[in-house]
Amino acid sequence: MQQIPDVIRQIPLNNYVWFSTALFCIGIIGVLTRRNAIIIFMSVELMLNAANLLLAAFSSYKSDPTGQVFVFFIMAVAAAEVAVGLAIIVMIYRNIQSIDVGILNKLKW
Amino acid sequence: MQFWYFLTALTLISALMVVLSKNPIHSVLYLVFTFFCISGHYVLLNAQFLMAVNIIVYAGAIMVLFLFVIMMLDLRRNSPDSKTNLTKLAGAVVGGTVLVIFIAATRKINLGTGADNAFYNSQTGMVENLGQILYRNYLLPFELVSILFFVAMVGAVMLGKREAGERNF
Repeated sequence: MQQIPDVIRQIPLNNYVWFSTALFCIGIIGVLTRRNAIIIFMSVELMLNAANLLLAAFSSYKSDPTGQVFVFFIMAVAAAEVAVGLAIIVMIYRNIQSIDVGILNKLKW
Repeated sequence: MQFWYFLTALTLISALMVVLSKNPIHSVLYLVFTFFCISGHYVLLNAQFLMAVNIIVYAGAIMVLFLFVIMMLDLRRNSPDSKTNLTKLAGAVVGGTVLVIFIAATRKINLGTGADNAFYNSQTGMVENLGQILYRNYLLPFELVSILFFVAMVGAVMLGKREAGERNF
């Protein structure tokens, strides 16, 4: 039998569930309380990373590499999303000289 | 495993600082630090490939993109005034409620540790093993990701182009 790392041997998997939940909720709070569009984007990245960490933890604990392949795809999607999102933010700034999401309410009605 | 708890606390504190700090540059730097802490967690989980990719893609590429955009947009001149305290309180209450609900839902389950895993394979997170899975079982999604990147690149270029004529909004 191969050597199991200390973390996998001693830390319960529940700790990872709660840790990822806390990280995800910090991201939710960031999205809901900030007005700066860039910081909202960074909070979304935080939430994506919480999901990545939990997938990697389950994958390592159960020795199933599929979860880590999925994390790889999530990272690719996050990179594409950031490229388009930051382009949108730059375009918004160019048009209204601000990235405060409170001003962007024209699509509301 | 005191180090695990130390790293977890460090990750959560720096993630909180991302949300709480006033200056967007400080937020980006704290986020880079959070990503490094998460990479440390990947190392502890014996997932070396994800650690390398996390540092290269997130801390390297995405965060530099954020920094460039923040430097390009002169935010100091018209820094957005924050929301009203009532809205902030409501947001924090919603986030805390979600946290409480998740913890209450997962409190009873016991996933245990991996100590009694008879099929443990230490090569799970290595490049060779992941490459075999990625290029054998997930070749079509891998190719679709390249199309996604192409579309994202075209979209970013189209959006970034300066339009002629008057402002749309």
